[in-house]
Amino acid sequence: MNKLRRTMLFIPGDNPGMIQNADVFGADSVIIDLEDAVGATEKDSSRLLVRNALMNLDLGIVETVVRINGMDTEEGVEDINALLLAKPDGIMVPKATEEYIKIVHEIIKETDIILFPIIEGAYSLETVTDIIRASDRIKGVLFGAEDFTADMGIKRTKEGSEIFYARNRIATVCKAFGVDAIDTPFTDTNDEKGLEKDTLVGKSLGMTGKAAINPRQIEIINGVYSPTKEEIDEAMKIINAAEKAAEEGKGVISLDGKMIDAPIISRAEKVVEIAKQADLI
Amino acid sequence: MKILKPAKAGTLESSDIYITVYPNDGEGINIKLESIVMKQFGSQIKKVITETLGELDVENVDVVAVDKGALDCTIKARVEAAVRRSSL
Repeated sequence: MNKLRRTMLFIPGDNPGMIQNADVFGADSVIIDLEDAVGATEKDSSRLLVRNALMNLDLGIVETVVRINGMDTEEGVEDINALLLAKPDGIMVPKATEEYIKIVHEIIKETDIILFPIIEGAYSLETVTDIIRASDRIKGVLFGAEDFTADMGIKRTKEGSEIFYARNRIATVCKAFGVDAIDTPFTDTNDEKGLEKDTLVGKSLGMTGKAAINPRQIEIINGVYSPTKEEIDEAMKIINAAEKAAEEGKGVISLDGKMIDAPIISRAEKVVEIAKQADLI
Repeated sequence: MKILKPAKAGTLESSDIYITVYPNDGEGINIKLESIVMKQFGSQIKKVITETLGELDVENVDVVAVDKGALDCTIKARVEAAVRRSSL
């Protein structure tokens, strides 16, 4: 199973206070942002700051991912070269295309760095299969709805019906390739109910986690993407029943009068694995 | 690296340090430091700044540093950024 990535928290790459505390917010991953969160005049300074922080700080078990500048800019390649020294867990590639991912893969192939393309345009969405195939380092795909709707020339709404197809496609393709589908951030940081609703919609379509733009969003997102106590108890019962049946040499498994088949056991095992990674059991 | 013009890097936000470098004419390294943790870490901050300048082969520079509790890795990044900007 993939590493748990219920939440991926964006942290500005020019903010040393947040970077040095990246492990305290409760996110499964942090995305230290060198792109949109950093002004054009601070790209050089932020790159050095992020490089030094990653080389010197112990950020615990939190996964560190750095969003680089676009590969269509000079900054993008400079970012990657700095990160070859700093060795974050991952690099996030904005405005991903198959071509950009191949270039990044070539530069990082001697390291253990993993990749997360961002799908934020119509072309990227329709070629997401090619993008994932472009590198075996890809472990997840982030959907960027703000840029995507801008590219489409359509209005972004809280309700999100305009991104139904994109979410659905990304989730399905990611599932097919066994990589995580990370949903677009919910941008109203003061609307907790809206965040929960939006997160539930993404989950219902097959997203496996969600990006956060404020630490306050983490608890709600983690809650949606974590199994409940009832789900964990039910999963444990199913696994125990399956193990007992195997010991007794029974081909057919039943629990509380219902037949348990392979997909149900597989789903139960996933629930338990997520619960373990989330320290819920 | 030679300091050709004044340059700055960093901010006055908490956990950061604001570094300004100025060229000087063969007067060595001079550091003027303000810090919220001057008593405890003033000498350590100056040491980090001096070491970073050494790594960048800077021999003559006036540095003004206003520290807001930056870690060593932040101090080094801000000094390097200011020096690189000054030598462009």
